[in-house]
Amino acid sequence: MKTLMLGNEAVARGLYEAGCCFVSSYPGTPSTEITECVAKYEEVYAEWAPNEKVALEAALGASLAGKRSFCAMKHVGLNVAADPLFTISYTGVNAGLIIGVADDAGMHSSQNEQDSRHYAQAAKIPMLEPSDSAEALRFAKLAYELSEKFDTAVLIKMCTRVSHSQSVVETGEREVPEQKKYEKNPGKYIMMPANAKKRHPEVEARTRALTDWAEQTEINRIEPGQDTSCGIITSSTCYQYVKEAFGDTYPVLKLGMIWPMPQQKIKDFAATVDRLVVVEELDGFIETHCRSLGLSVSGKDLFSNIGELSQNLVKEKLGGKVQTGACLSEEIPARPPVMCAGCPHRSIFYVLKKLNLTVLGDIGCYTLGAVPPLGAIDTTVCMGASVSGLHGFVKAGGEEKERQTVAVIGDSTFIHSGVTGLINIAYNESNSTVIILDNSITGMTGHQQNPTTGYNLKGDPCTKIDLESLCHAVGIKRVSVVDPYDMDTCQKVIREELAVKEPSVIISRRPCALLKYVKHPGPISSDPEKCKGCKACMNIGCPAISMVDGKAKIDSTLCVGCNVCKQLCKFDALG
Amino acid sequence: METKNIMIVGVGGQGTLLASKLLGRLLLGKGYDVKVSEVHGMSQRGGSVVTYVRWGDRVCSPIIDKGQADCVLSFELLEAARYTEYVKPGGRIIVNSQQINPMPVVAGMASYPENLEEKMADLGIHVDAFDALTLAEAAGSSKAVNLVLMGRLSKHFEFTTEEWMDAIEHSVPPKFLELNKKAFALGQSA
Repeated sequence: MKTLMLGNEAVARGLYEAGCCFVSSYPGTPSTEITECVAKYEEVYAEWAPNEKVALEAALGASLAGKRSFCAMKHVGLNVAADPLFTISYTGVNAGLIIGVADDAGMHSSQNEQDSRHYAQAAKIPMLEPSDSAEALRFAKLAYELSEKFDTAVLIKMCTRVSHSQSVVETGEREVPEQKKYEKNPGKYIMMPANAKKRHPEVEARTRALTDWAEQTEINRIEPGQDTSCGIITSSTCYQYVKEAFGDTYPVLKLGMIWPMPQQKIKDFAATVDRLVVVEELDGFIETHCRSLGLSVSGKDLFSNIGELSQNLVKEKLGGKVQTGACLSEEIPARPPVMCAGCPHRSIFYVLKKLNLTVLGDIGCYTLGAVPPLGAIDTTVCMGASVSGLHGFVKAGGEEKERQTVAVIGDSTFIHSGVTGLINIAYNESNSTVIILDNSITGMTGHQQNPTTGYNLKGDPCTKIDLESLCHAVGIKRVSVVDPYDMDTCQKVIREELAVKEPSVIISRRPCALLKYVKHPGPISSDPEKCKGCKACMNIGCPAISMVDGKAKIDSTLCVGCNVCKQLCKFDALG
Repeated sequence: METKNIMIVGVGGQGTLLASKLLGRLLLGKGYDVKVSEVHGMSQRGGSVVTYVRWGDRVCSPIIDKGQADCVLSFELLEAARYTEYVKPGGRIIVNSQQINPMPVVAGMASYPENLEEKMADLGIHVDAFDALTLAEAAGSSKAVNLVLMGRLSKHFEFTTEEWMDAIEHSVPPKFLELNKKAFALGQSA
C-alpha cells in the first residue's frame, strides 16, 4: 500500500518489517519519532533509556541474546554513546544491530552542527544514508542484512530534512527471522587487550569486505546525464536538491552507503566527466575521500560547510540561473520561540535574574530562560554540563562564587547525565546549589516519558524514580522542594541554600503547562483603572501580556491563570 | 506537470501541521508524487513555523526555495510578510488577517508593521486577506482556522468538494468532523 510517511516513521516501518524486536533510545530532535513510531507496533519492545550510552548498550545486549535490535539518537547523542560504539565495532553482533543517528544541519533545534559521518569512519562501522522516506524504509531492512552478513553494527544517518519530510512509501509485511542462539565466545565478546588485539585485524578485514560490497551495491548508483561537462557525487537530501536543480542534465553518482565508500566506482565515474563536483552538507567528507583517491574535485570551494544547502544554492553555485521573489523593504520583526504562557520555568528564571546570580544552564525548553527579557542564563553546553560545570566553577571561584552561582537542569536531563555531576559535587564536596526544574516530562522534544514520570514509552505505569531520594542517596543532605509559581518562597529558599556551607539541591516542581492532565484556573484579566503602565509584568516575557495604549492587556486565549504576573504588580491591577 | 508548491506558515501552536496532513492525504489520493516537509522541536514553542507541501509527477527536494511558491497560506499576517520572497512571480498569498504580536513587539523592542496587506500587494503578489479567526469561531472553535484556510485554498485548486471532504474525514477526529466541515465551507464561501 502506498502511503505518506515521515522519514523517521519510515525507518520505524523498516525496522518493523525486518523483524526488529528490541528498541532502546533517548529522545532528541530530529530523531525522536523513529522510536515513538516503532513503539506503536505491539510486536516490538520499545523503551526510553536514561541516555544514549545506556540505550546502545541495551540494544547490544538484545543483539547478543539473538534478537534484531535498534537504538536512535540525535547527532550529539552519538557523542554520549561513542564509548560503546567504538568497541561494538570490535565485538560485532549476534542478531542484527542498527543505530539511527539524526544530524541537524542548520541547527533547527541543536547546540552544534557536528557531522556524524566522521563517527562511521572513526569507529569503522558502515553507515547508510537515505535521501527520502522510501529509502529510509528500504535501508532499515537492508541494514539488518548487512549487519548479520558482515557481523557489524550498522549506522543509519538521517538529517532534519529526511527525518521530518513526508514522502511516498510502499509498505510490506513483517518477517521475523528465527532468534539466534547466544553462544559464549570470549574472544569476540570480552574486549580485553589480548582479545581486542585479535579483533582489530578482523575489523580492518571487514572494512575491506564492505568496500568491495560498496563497489557492487545498487544503492551506490550512477545515474546517467546528457551533459558530461560536470559529474556530481552526492547523497542524502543533497541528492534531492541536485535532482531538483538539474533533473537528468548531469551524470550523478548517488551514494547510499556513505562509509566505507567505493574507490573504483568513484574513479570510473570521474573518468567519464570533465569536472567532478561533490555536493554535500557540512564537512567535505566525500570530497576528502575523492582527494585521497588522487582525484581533482570541487566541493567545499563552492558550498559552505555551515548550514543547510537547497536547490537554488546548488543550481546557482553550478552556474544555473535561479528566480527569486520580492522582499518587503521594511524589516519584519523576528518571531523567536518563547516559553509558553503558564510555563513553570518562567518564574524561577525571573527570581534568578532578580537575585543577579550566575546561572549555568542545560539542554531543554528552559534554555529559553537565556533570551530577553529574562536573560537569566550564563552557559549552555551539553546534557548535564550545568551540574558538573557548577562544581568546577565554585571550586575555582571560591566562596564568592559559591554564594552567587547555581545550576539549572530539567528532570530528564538530570537523569540523563546530571546525576553523575551531582555525585561529583557530593564526593568532592563543593558548596554547590543545583536547581532541578522538574516539570514531570521531557518537554523540548515533545513530551516523552522519562524515569521520573512513572510511565514508560508505551504509556504504561512503571517504577518512578524519586528525585529527593536519589539526591539524598548520592550524598546530598539538603534537598528542598518548591512550587515555582510561588516566587517569594522560591527566592527565600534559593537565598538560604546559597548561604549554607554544604551542597544542596532545590527541586522546582510543577508539571509542564501543556500536559493534558494539568488543569489551569483559567485566564485572569487586567484592570485598566488600576494599571499605571509601569511594565513590571512585562519583565517575565509572557506571550499573554502586552502593552496596549500604555496599559497591560491580558490575551485571554493564551493566559492560563498561573498568577506569576500578579505577584509582580504593585497596584493590584492583575487578577 | 510542473511541480506545485504551497508553503503553510504561521505561529507554533496554530495547527499548521493538520493543514499539511490534510493536503498530503488529498494529493496522495490523486496519485501525485508528494513531499511534505515540517519543522519540529524548538521552533514550535510559539515561534515562526513553516511547512512545505509539494506535488507533481516527480518531486525531488522536500523544501520550497525562494521564488518557487505558487501559494503561501499564512495563519497570521506578519508571517505572510516574512515569506514574500518565497512567492514566485505572479504567485498568491492567502492570509488570515489576524495579528499575533511576536515577543520583540510584545516587549516593545520592535513594532508590528502597518498596512502589510497593501505592501505585499505592491510587490505584485495576489493577496487574499480575510478574517479566518472570526469564521472559525462562527464554525464553533477558534482552533478551526486551519480548516477555514483550507476552504479558501480550495478555490484556487481543481480538486472536487468530495475529494476535500474525504481528506478531511481521514485527517480529523470524528467528534470534530462536523465543526471542521463547517469551517471548511465557511472558508470556501467567504
